[in-house]
Amino acid sequence: MAWLVRRIAASIAIVFAVVTITFFLIRLAHGKPFIPGGDQAVDPAVIAVLEEQYGADKPSHIQYIAFLRQLTRGNLGQSFALQRPVADALAEAIPNTLILTGAALLLDFLLGLGLGVYQALRVNRLPDVVLGNTTLFIYSFPTFWLGLILLLVFGEWLHWFPIGGKTDPVLCPAVDSFRCTLDLMHHLVLPALTLGVVGAAGTARFQRAAMLEVARQDFIRTARAKGAPERRVVLRHQLRNALLTFITRFGLAFPFLLTGAVLTETIFAWPGMGRIATEAILRRDYPVVTAVALVASAMVVAGNLVADLLLAAADPRLRSASADVT
Amino acid sequence: MTLPEWMALAAALLITRWIMAALRRRYGRFFRHPTAGWATALLVFLSVLAVAAPLVAPFPYWLQIDIVRLKNHPPSWTYLLGTDLYSRDVWSRLIYGARISLAIGALGMLVALTVGTVVGAVAGYYRRWVDAVLMRGVDIGLALPRIFILLMAIALWERLPIGVLVLVIGLTSWFGTSRLVRAEVLSLRERDFVSAARAVGAGPARVIFAHVLPNAAAPIIVSAALGVGNVLLLEAGLSFLGIGLPPPQPSWGNMIADGQHTLLHAPWTTLFPGLAIALVVMALNSVADALRDALDPREEST
Repeated sequence: MAWLVRRIAASIAIVFAVVTITFFLIRLAHGKPFIPGGDQAVDPAVIAVLEEQYGADKPSHIQYIAFLRQLTRGNLGQSFALQRPVADALAEAIPNTLILTGAALLLDFLLGLGLGVYQALRVNRLPDVVLGNTTLFIYSFPTFWLGLILLLVFGEWLHWFPIGGKTDPVLCPAVDSFRCTLDLMHHLVLPALTLGVVGAAGTARFQRAAMLEVARQDFIRTARAKGAPERRVVLRHQLRNALLTFITRFGLAFPFLLTGAVLTETIFAWPGMGRIATEAILRRDYPVVTAVALVASAMVVAGNLVADLLLAAADPRLRSASADVT
Repeated sequence: MTLPEWMALAAALLITRWIMAALRRRYGRFFRHPTAGWATALLVFLSVLAVAAPLVAPFPYWLQIDIVRLKNHPPSWTYLLGTDLYSRDVWSRLIYGARISLAIGALGMLVALTVGTVVGAVAGYYRRWVDAVLMRGVDIGLALPRIFILLMAIALWERLPIGVLVLVIGLTSWFGTSRLVRAEVLSLRERDFVSAARAVGAGPARVIFAHVLPNAAAPIIVSAALGVGNVLLLEAGLSFLGIGLPPPQPSWGNMIADGQHTLLHAPWTTLFPGLAIALVVMALNSVADALRDALDPREEST
């Protein structure tokens, strides 16, 4: 228990550090908020008023203290560019990102695990070699490029799937929620494929290696020697142990998915956190940038923590040892 | 030359020496890997193309051949991979783009590798509070949403010099390497030959660089090969978001980004740079795989 408390404390400290770094880094960027891009000129007096209104005219450290004070009350501040509270904008975007990354993760793990285990059972035979080269190739794709190609083939040429957005803006508010959900799923296919397929290729390679690593160990030989049927050896002994390394990968998948989501959301006009973040950074919308850093780093840290907990729960060998680690 | 340049040069020479030595000792095992030979050949071929770009590219990368008649021309014998929206030859731009992309990949990796190795080695060697401080820093680094941090760091400059881009990418990519090196150093520092070196009076720097690190070379080299691929993908992603080199200069990432606007009419402008990235990253992954097999003394085969 003490271990868990310490881990949570460390996680909070990490998130705090990330938020602090972000807070000051974005304020060091050249260019100021409230100045629209392009050739539109804005009266400096107007900007000065706006800056004062939002408190952006004060020195950074004063702003930081004010920010922390608001944060303790659960207030993330007012967006400069969106004319609404940051929390509202994020509350709208985060579920969208979670839907996308959730679907991608599911695809990643189901497909990746299946392929990896299948390959390990046919190791060095034709299916393994073919799949091995295919996954290596796909794993090397830039995600956003795969997104564009999928968009071209399945969106523009075959017209199987819509080319962007979360739901059809005309259809959806008009019809019932069931049809809306179907429409959402329809829109979800291509972005989730983009993110999930590349991840699945990585997972498959990882899982194959983990299975083979376990296959070499003594307890597998023992299981075979005592006459356990092959099915049981593979499922109970080999797969179960190989899944332990897989749990670690689950925790590490979060940052990858977040990064991938930024690009994928941009391509498919998916109204998620990644798009808000990119916009906010480019427009120097300080409060939104800081809030996104908070949410994103919390997700990464929480992912690692959950993976560690799952690992401790799944592997009895770690339960006593985990008390000493960290 | 300035100090950082000297350091980069020294690091490059050192790493090349390690790789050469490792290859000489084990090249037989390296090339036993099914695709390592092809991958190496592909990488060498592309590097030669990149270096000799002005000689081998049929057109200059900026040349708008005929904006009226040759706009978005499909691939043909004269224009091997077609032309783009401005009637520039995609194949030529791809060759010139290889220069930028491969250079950023290699140099970014070098920065990341150097920082990661030094931090990991120092943390693992000194342990105690040094280790604690450095590794908590690494924890924070791993929790940073990297693409946001890159976007922000890059926003510090009005016009981004390429050296800064390389540095920023490198300085946000070393966290994983440092963990790896630290683990390796932690186990190596207890070995007899390290105690022996200390006993005859070698200082910490000498023990770390002359005795400990050469024995940790295998995982470092493998992570270097993977690192180049990662940096390449990262650079492409950044270019895609519109951050990178100024317009006429091609990199594979900004070629994809430019191509997306004519995706429907001229898919080749998007398709080929992406394939180039995928091929290089795949080759690097193969090489890393083969290096891992070749440099791992523990096992004979998988």
